[in-house]
Amino acid sequence: MGSRSSHAAVIPDGDSIRRETGFSQASLLRLHHRFRALDRNKKGYLSRMDLQQIGALAVNPLGDRIIESFFPDGSQRVDFPGFVRVLAHFRPIEDEDTETQDPKKPEPLNSRRNKLHYAFQLYDLDRDGKISRHEMLQVLRLMVGVQVTEEQLENIADRTVQEADEDGDGAVSFVEFTKSLEKMDVEQKMSIRILK
Amino acid sequence: ARGPGRGLLLALALGGLARAGGVEVEPGGAHGESGGFQVVTFKWAHVQDPYVIALWILVASLAKIGNSLSLTSPKPEDPSAEFSSPLFFFFLMMDAGYFMPNRLFFGNLGTILLYAVVGTVWNAATTGLSLYGVFLSGLMGDLQIGLLDFLLFGSLIAAVDPVAVLAVFEEVHVNEVLFIIVFGESLLNDAVTVVLYNVFESFVALGGDNVTGLDCVKGIVSFFVVSLGGTLVGVVFAFLLSLVTRFTKHVRIIEPGFVCCSLSAILAITFCGICCQKYVKANISEQSATTVRYTMKMLASSAETIIFMFLGISAVNPFIWTWNTAFVLLTLVFISVYRAIGVVLQTWLLNRYRMVQLEPIDQVVLSYGGLRGAVAFALVVLLDGDKVKEKNLFVSTTIIVVFFTVIFQGLTIKPLVQWLKVKRSEHRDPRLNEKLHGRAFDHILSAIEDISGQIGHNYLRDKWSHFDRKFLSRVLMRRSAQKSRDRILNVFHELNLKDAISYVAEGERRGSLAFIRSPSTDNVVNVDFTPRSSTVEASVSYLLRENVSAVCLDMQSLEQRRRSIRDAEDMVTHHTLQQYLYKPRQEYKHLYSRHELTPTEDEKQDREIFHRTMRKRLESFKSTKLGLNQNKKAAKLYKRERAQKRRNSSIPNGKLPMESPVQNFTIKEKDLELSDTEEPPNYDEEMSGGIEFLASVTKDTASDSPAGIDNPVFSPDETLDRSLLTRLPPWLSPGETVVPSQRARTQIPHSPGTFRRLMPFRLSSKSVDSFLQANGPEERPPAALPESTH
Repeated sequence: MGSRSSHAAVIPDGDSIRRETGFSQASLLRLHHRFRALDRNKKGYLSRMDLQQIGALAVNPLGDRIIESFFPDGSQRVDFPGFVRVLAHFRPIEDEDTETQDPKKPEPLNSRRNKLHYAFQLYDLDRDGKISRHEMLQVLRLMVGVQVTEEQLENIADRTVQEADEDGDGAVSFVEFTKSLEKMDVEQKMSIRILK
Repeated sequence: ARGPGRGLLLALALGGLARAGGVEVEPGGAHGESGGFQVVTFKWAHVQDPYVIALWILVASLAKIGNSLSLTSPKPEDPSAEFSSPLFFFFLMMDAGYFMPNRLFFGNLGTILLYAVVGTVWNAATTGLSLYGVFLSGLMGDLQIGLLDFLLFGSLIAAVDPVAVLAVFEEVHVNEVLFIIVFGESLLNDAVTVVLYNVFESFVALGGDNVTGLDCVKGIVSFFVVSLGGTLVGVVFAFLLSLVTRFTKHVRIIEPGFVCCSLSAILAITFCGICCQKYVKANISEQSATTVRYTMKMLASSAETIIFMFLGISAVNPFIWTWNTAFVLLTLVFISVYRAIGVVLQTWLLNRYRMVQLEPIDQVVLSYGGLRGAVAFALVVLLDGDKVKEKNLFVSTTIIVVFFTVIFQGLTIKPLVQWLKVKRSEHRDPRLNEKLHGRAFDHILSAIEDISGQIGHNYLRDKWSHFDRKFLSRVLMRRSAQKSRDRILNVFHELNLKDAISYVAEGERRGSLAFIRSPSTDNVVNVDFTPRSSTVEASVSYLLRENVSAVCLDMQSLEQRRRSIRDAEDMVTHHTLQQYLYKPRQEYKHLYSRHELTPTEDEKQDREIFHRTMRKRLESFKSTKLGLNQNKKAAKLYKRERAQKRRNSSIPNGKLPMESPVQNFTIKEKDLELSDTEEPPNYDEEMSGGIEFLASVTKDTASDSPAGIDNPVFSPDETLDRSLLTRLPPWLSPGETVVPSQRARTQIPHSPGTFRRLMPFRLSSKSVDSFLQANGPEERPPAALPESTH
């Protein structure tokens, strides 16, 4: 990794990363700088520990799950391309993205589908493509204050699953997940304006 | 809670004023004619002062309560006679500076400065010149006004008033970037206005003909000198202040005095406040910091009230009213139009450089939020009637402008903002999934923002914090304060403090302060025996009754549910979700409030999440360290959680565990016997007693878990924690963390979780070595828990 270089001007494979993620040169530089700032021992990659150092994440109910999402398949480190790839999900959808849509190319990372999929895999811990009642309950437990009793939580989890579950298997598949949110402005809700 | 406290504070401030202000209350009773014994004598003179003050408080409070700005006084007097002290602004500015959300402010400093400086100059110049143009055309009739007077008027009317802006924007919940821009602008442009005002005033004093080109240049120079100088003075003063507070360790009483006495020009004050914030807060003791905070709020509130009071008084003063239709109306039109134009132009410029774009809606809010207020009024009142011939016209126009902007625009801005937002998304029944996932998305987004470094000033910020850590803090902070700057320790310390407070509060809430009052009942278990039905509705309503502070304000979701009487339970579910879902940062972080100090709701939330996160991290850390199989562990944990849950789920609502009548019986029995038998024999002895005591509590909670925890995430890890706990009870190890008193511990509301929470820190720091060995040198131990990178 070129992150040892003292200046952000050099990003290895900058062009290919940009093609894949659609980030502008400026944002990429900025993210690279951020990456190196997070990488405290100049290892050239980030470990879970590096991300856990971010104070605000400790008070974010989903903070640890999001950290986990940077480390697919139980790997211990994430390099810069991997880091940017996750962040690319949150790039706002621009007009030119849809205009210059090349059918042969894979869907851009920031498409509605991919945004939803990112959220989905935060819920789906066992990677079976379904959010089970238990998984839903875990998320709820994270996101709801301690005042709510476990009984209520289970109640809510049941209802949430029931509401979205269409084929009656007691779990929410990705299709059902997408469908339950079809009226929501995911494109806007899952985009950060600064990540252009 | 605001009323009495505020009243008292106001009393102090108003006491002097009431007398100085010439409010003569005639001594109500006679001192009695001489001769004879009088049954009742009125010694009004003795009690005059307090009563006058009380009267003022009453009037001011009523005015505040009614939120009416047009306060009338029975004896309107010429306010300019009394209103000569710019002291009021200093309080306002100091307060604003001291409580300024630093990070956001400096993150948007460029934008704020542009709006404040260029925008204000633009507003002043265009308004003044346009009015002059209309005057030349003869529409205003015959007035004794020159170009300079118009410019003077323009400059004083250009100031967007922080007080008015705050009052309005606190109600309208706009996003934090927009808020800080409007607020920062209104804050800084006061300084610009005052400088412009001074320049033009001296020009007017010189007389229009005597102003040479050199004077103009001098004016411009003085503009920079004064504003930069003011900033510098403020920074230097803040520096000195921080330095002084560093050495006042043994004279805590005087600390608040030091902080409050630093008065200088507006900019100096504001920046002094901003710079002080960090170092002074760290240096002075907790009590002093609280004193300073409340004193600030008190002074600012009083000053604000007084200013608006004078505004009201002068509004009904017949002597100053001079009506000139063209002048008044045109002023209103010009300030609105030119502000809008100025905002659009500047935003266009800014958006080319800003990371966070300002959308058209933001621009509308920005232009519409240009409220004029006390600053403009005070400046116009301070004009010298001899030099500015049409002072009365200016005064009355300003009053009208202030009234118009504050009352009309202030009242309409909220509907406007709502309407602009609502236009995007049509209203419909939110579904459970959408609500839950929507909130999850918000959390995800804020986490990603944190990871990606948000605003993009990281480089400068990093450099600054480096400089700060290396030099400034070393000079300005006490050594102990420097140590405790370790953020996470601070957070932990604060959380523990709050825990301790909440134990007591919880005890009070449950109606039993037994654990505080009588030492003999240390181990009494406080369980509410009132039988309650176990339905969800009952528990929710119970929660609702208890958490008055957390009352759900989103009545809409409730209303809609009710209309479509689908399912009563459904409503409850929605309501519960609405109320108890953790709020994402943008929503709950309210930045600055003139009157209220930090909201506690978000802190509570932070605390909860923080504990969970730490707990989970510790969990996973331990499992890696001990080489346990993750999955098996998780399964075990889950099973335990479920078991725990079954035991606990109903208790927090004051219900008994219904499943086991035996448990029920034991608790009752214990309560009847006042648990003398339960008391550990020698728990007062330091070491062994402590451990035994703890062990007994642990047993206790394992068997019947009296106080109960609501959420199993907080439940103790019984096997691991207990062994470690017995080895190292929290209160025996060194460190600054606050450990609740033994008595409090037996009665803590969430007993198993709460005091175990004290553990993770020490545990992790204890096990650094083995961890390092296990994972190789380049991994960092989780003992170095998150620290803000910002």
